[in-house]
Amino acid sequence: MQNTNQAQLEFPIVMGQPYEIIPDDLFIPPNALELCLETFSGPMDLLLYLIKKQNINILELDVSNITDQYIEYIDLMDSLQFELAAEYLVMAATLAEIKSRLMLPQENYDEEEEDPRATLIKRLQEYQRYKSASENIALLPRVDRDFFTASAGLPEIKLDKQEITVSKEELATIFHEIQTRPDLKLHHQIDFEELSTQERIQIILQILSKRNIVSFSKTLRKGEGRHGVVVTFLASLELAKDGHIELIQNKTEEIFLKSLTGVSN
Amino acid sequence: MNIQMINTVEALLFGAGRPLRLSEIRNLLDTDGIPSELSDIKQCINSLEDRYDASSLEIVEVASGFRLQIKQAFSPSLTHLWNERAPRISKALMETISIIAYKQPVTRGDIEDIRGVSVSTNTIRSLLERNWIKVSGFKDAPGKPALYATTKEFLDDLNIKNLSSLPDLPDSIETDDGEIFSQVV
Repeated sequence: MQNTNQAQLEFPIVMGQPYEIIPDDLFIPPNALELCLETFSGPMDLLLYLIKKQNINILELDVSNITDQYIEYIDLMDSLQFELAAEYLVMAATLAEIKSRLMLPQENYDEEEEDPRATLIKRLQEYQRYKSASENIALLPRVDRDFFTASAGLPEIKLDKQEITVSKEELATIFHEIQTRPDLKLHHQIDFEELSTQERIQIILQILSKRNIVSFSKTLRKGEGRHGVVVTFLASLELAKDGHIELIQNKTEEIFLKSLTGVSN
Repeated sequence: MNIQMINTVEALLFGAGRPLRLSEIRNLLDTDGIPSELSDIKQCINSLEDRYDASSLEIVEVASGFRLQIKQAFSPSLTHLWNERAPRISKALMETISIIAYKQPVTRGDIEDIRGVSVSTNTIRSLLERNWIKVSGFKDAPGKPALYATTKEFLDDLNIKNLSSLPDLPDSIETDDGEIFSQVV
């Protein structure tokens, strides 16, 4: 069973032979260490391996024996792979704690604290559940490994899509347009309003206070240019909206501003 | 059940090369001007199954729908078609996907708690790239860690319809602390 499962794994050659390569006392020469690390996916695994190796039930594990081997292992690891050694350190510390507790008389054991051995064993058991589940899943038929899907070559499919014909000149024009487009949109500068709509409203009202009707062009001031026209127009609209004036346009295209509030004086 | 409809369903399954849902097939037939009920399509599939009985093909219902497959008995003959076999999946990857499958949704931390080693970004990325897992949300915990869940593709690739078709997770062994002591000490 063990071998069939391992045949599914990433390093089948290594996985297939660790039982022969690793001696019973788990002394691993430094040059072989790297390779052997890959046969375990982590410290839990190593521990499980050891447990299996000694043919002992997790519940019956002789923690002190394992600790000795473990610390030996870490000594070797430390000089080679710092990160992995750090990972193993927690495990070693846990094991050392368990060992120290074992060496103390049992009566001194504090009932309120959870026994680290129990915690470790629970974690190992939990891990073992998922580990064996994962081995079962690895044995499930898998697409492209154990079974294959069927499909057929597609017949020629007529698509009623129109072909697009573009000349290279058109392409060049489009490309140029796209390139210049960002430039046109790049800045939007908001200037201080030189001509105030509010002020223009006052001026128009002033004019209309003297006469009932005035042509739009008469409310303009020379020198203000297009800006002036816009501001005056906005002012007229504002006044019309508020019901102060009426805008009249006859066929001459000229707009007249007619006061609705009447001549004030 | 008219032969035209059965053949159209067959053509769709062949052409798609992926699982198709009954509703998907109905919509495709509908745009093709063949109105149908889901039960009609199921009947079409049944008659196709009869047709394939003596062939190397079969229709299998997986998580994402119905799929045309080559009967597994012919797999050995097919493997020689490709020089490269399906990429092997590492033990670490298998354990990670198993934990996600049985305990989903889980965070990376949850997986690490069980495996006892840190789960590398590569492992998660590789599962995401395979489309076997997806981020199903974020845990309301410090750092808002991503919660991972398995996808339909994962089930499709294992030729199963739902998560309950996975092998049972072995029962947790009930142990009583006192018992552990007596056995260890």
